[in-house]
Amino acid sequence: MLNFSDLLPYSDLLLQGLWVTVVLTFYATLGGVAIGTACAAGRHYGGKVLRGAIGSYVELIRNTPFIVQLFFIFFGLPAIGIKLSAWEAGLLAMLINLGAYSTEIIRAGLAATPKAQVEAARVLGLSPHQVFFRVVLIPAFEKIYPALTSQCIIVMLGSAVVSQISVMDLTYAANLIQSRSFRSFEAYLVVAVMYLLFAIFMRQTFEWVGRRLFRHRRVST
Amino acid sequence: MIEFTNWDILRNLLLAARWTIALSLTAFIGGTIVGLLLTAMRLSGRRPLQWLVRGYVELFQGTPLLMQLFLVFFGLSLLGFDISAWAAAAFALTFFTSAFLTEIWRGCIDTLPRGQWEASRCLGLNFKQTLSRVILPQAVRVALAPTVGFSVQVVKGTALASIIGFVELTKAGTMLNNATFEPFKIFAMVALIYFALCYPLSLASQRLEKKFNGSR
Repeated sequence: MLNFSDLLPYSDLLLQGLWVTVVLTFYATLGGVAIGTACAAGRHYGGKVLRGAIGSYVELIRNTPFIVQLFFIFFGLPAIGIKLSAWEAGLLAMLINLGAYSTEIIRAGLAATPKAQVEAARVLGLSPHQVFFRVVLIPAFEKIYPALTSQCIIVMLGSAVVSQISVMDLTYAANLIQSRSFRSFEAYLVVAVMYLLFAIFMRQTFEWVGRRLFRHRRVST
Repeated sequence: MIEFTNWDILRNLLLAARWTIALSLTAFIGGTIVGLLLTAMRLSGRRPLQWLVRGYVELFQGTPLLMQLFLVFFGLSLLGFDISAWAAAAFALTFFTSAFLTEIWRGCIDTLPRGQWEASRCLGLNFKQTLSRVILPQAVRVALAPTVGFSVQVVKGTALASIIGFVELTKAGTMLNNATFEPFKIFAMVALIYFALCYPLSLASQRLEKKFNGSR
């Protein structure tokens, strides 16, 4: 009943699709975590207006579906003169989405830094810059690293939706293959397994990076 | 062409939102039931059952919800069932929800000290009694906030049912957009309706978290 051999001619399509998903995920992870770090710092140290603005951004994104955010960016923004290609719109949606979630995660890490630790660092003569990066930010990242890893993987899996605005990602490849070969179940099964393997690969890569990043420190929690 | 006033658009979106709510409730209730079964299997202490649950959770947490929807939709029709988009979405979302709830509850049950199981055993309670009288009353308090928090993900997940053609809020938005060509306004309205559904749940989750974490 199942027939996977019909999919073989399309292996190039699958690999191209996988590559698009990988590249999107790579940029979204780096950019999203950067946005999250900036917003978390703003929410932790900033004034009332800044805190309020970041809070609204986070809640607005966390309480609406990714696909609606994507449609709003891709179909809605051109109406006010902001035209983006499908790829740009997909990446922007992922950045905004991961940015909001990672803001909340990183903020929890910042809040968990003991005040005395910051004061001690200041007394030892570290500059504010050094205090923020070495005493607050990196230990905060170590604490929330597992949660951040999961969130990045969730955003990668969520990126399957960008196929709906014709970004040629892995899901787009599956849709294309099923429309040509009429082997819909097999095509989606293969692609689902590819996503699963990529998710496992991402988790291991994050763990590997984490081991390097936090090599010299062990914060007991 | 038919003219749509703002009120027409909003009214149609709200009517479609009923289906979003119905699908969310179905998936959440179904997911809770399946999740409880999986949790019971995990706690049973039988290795093969535990592996099965572990694999199930990994599978549904490691693949996109969209793929799960496609696989249920096309898989069941391959097996000869004539399945509607509604049924496919309800099944897929139920599986998805149950996997995540099982994982959330695992964390909640595992935070309780193992000594409590052993102490209950010493006091002569059997497995069922230990679970229902000692473990669950405590675990439920811890689990309430993250469970309510996850319901937000379920509501948002129903938006993907639009892709397999089920007419709920997101699909109604795209259909109205095709008729009116006012994507900015329509998708903003769609987003606000989702926000109105999800934000109270998020707030409730935060409040529960404060209430129960303070007392621990």
